[in-house]
Amino acid sequence: MSSYDILFWFFSLAMLLSGVLVIASRNPVTSAICLVALFVFMAGLFVLLEAFFLAAIQILVYAGAVMVLFLFVIMLLDLKASQRRRFGWLAAVGGLVVAGALVWELGIILQTPVTVAVSGQTEVGGGLEAVVKPLFANYMLPFQVTALLLLVAMIGVVLLSKKDLQ
Amino acid sequence: MIEFIVISFIKIAAVIGVMLTIVAYTVMLERWVCAWMQDRIGPNRVGPFGFLQPLADGVKLILKEDVLPHHVHKVLYTIGPTLVLMPALINIGVIPWGSNLPVFGRYIKGVIADLDIGILFIFAFAALSVYGIVLAGWASNSKYPFLGGIRSSAQMISYEVCLGLSVVPVFMQVGALNLSKVVEYQAAHSWLVLCQPVSFFIFLVSAFAETNRTPFDLPEAEQELVGGYNTEYSSMKFGMFFMGEYAAMFVMSALMVTLFFGGWSLPFAPFNAPATSLPVGLAHIGIFLAKVVALLFFYVWVRWTIPRFRYDQLMALGWKVFIPLTIVNIVFVGAVLALVVK
Repeated sequence: MSSYDILFWFFSLAMLLSGVLVIASRNPVTSAICLVALFVFMAGLFVLLEAFFLAAIQILVYAGAVMVLFLFVIMLLDLKASQRRRFGWLAAVGGLVVAGALVWELGIILQTPVTVAVSGQTEVGGGLEAVVKPLFANYMLPFQVTALLLLVAMIGVVLLSKKDLQ
Repeated sequence: MIEFIVISFIKIAAVIGVMLTIVAYTVMLERWVCAWMQDRIGPNRVGPFGFLQPLADGVKLILKEDVLPHHVHKVLYTIGPTLVLMPALINIGVIPWGSNLPVFGRYIKGVIADLDIGILFIFAFAALSVYGIVLAGWASNSKYPFLGGIRSSAQMISYEVCLGLSVVPVFMQVGALNLSKVVEYQAAHSWLVLCQPVSFFIFLVSAFAETNRTPFDLPEAEQELVGGYNTEYSSMKFGMFFMGEYAAMFVMSALMVTLFFGGWSLPFAPFNAPATSLPVGLAHIGIFLAKVVALLFFYVWVRWTIPRFRYDQLMALGWKVFIPLTIVNIVFVGAVLALVVK
């Protein structure tokens, strides 16, 4: 077992454990923290794949920004209500069906032979250029349209949260 | 492989050791400068000129009773202080503290991990440091810490944006995210504080907000919130919040030295190129540490000079002044680079 394998199993098992804790914990704040831990371990897996840029962005955006805002909102909610919530059989069955479908789908994909396009040279810079160059050269227009879409969403939120539009 | 691991372990031990010693003496510096500015004598009882005071403080914090209030969320209450200290200790790993050290015929690089994504790594882990404060505030389950935690999460998210946007022009000019390359660029050309003064000013102010230092220390504003997020903490758990604040200051100062003040370099030979002999290599480390300590002094100086901002003023400054200014700065620098340089 190489050090790579040990790290892979460590990050994977830690990820699964935190994933289980996210849904098993009754306290929403604990759930949120477990989700942050999951993102960090996932970044560890990206590092093992030498996608350093993706790993940094994973922590920076999801763990560092999105989840802080989630936590901010959760902390302002009434936690007693969600802790009293009962175990719902319908929800559990629905969740199992969705999870089963996902595993089934994964199985089909894994059985299909995949041809990987191997480029001649190895990537330098932890995938930074591999991600950024196409984004700003080939896909400039879709990138800008996405940005515009986010702006529209933001304006929508501001508009909806205003009580009176005058 | 073995050699790499051994050298890395030695580097980590040395860097953390030096960092924590400087952190302890920054607390001391704070008390000395404060006393000097207020025309008092300051701590002078323990050891010659009070020089062993940090040791006495450490012993006091460790020996105090560790109170665990019955109304707290025990797990999150306990991991809160560690989450404040940890990001600073991780981040020092990618900051170059020297050029290289020629020892026994091999060149040892003056950085623990020479990452190509350097600055993104630092922002990623600095972004995690907010959890320590927010969780401490929430897990304490009482009013003042909770208010401190809420303030802190809003403040740190806002100023993270300023911090991130303010350094973009620096990397546009250098053309690499690797911090070692930034320093080498400055050694060869000129310090970036001269080329990017707007960037530097916004980064400096945002760094104060990001480390919760006066004039932006609203999460722990004593007069209104007792101690803010650390009100319920005692003993070494409180000590770790304290160390975390100063360690974050150290990392921010080191980052500012790296980005704007030429890191280990001075603008004349033999200090403007990577070292080829051991004395110059050691001198580079000395130069870097001297610059960091000078900035730490600046932090302390500001704390005892400027009064605290109001919370709405802090938010307005971040969102309405700094963020538009950074975007204008990015566009301006981009235009200059495109039209003049190329």
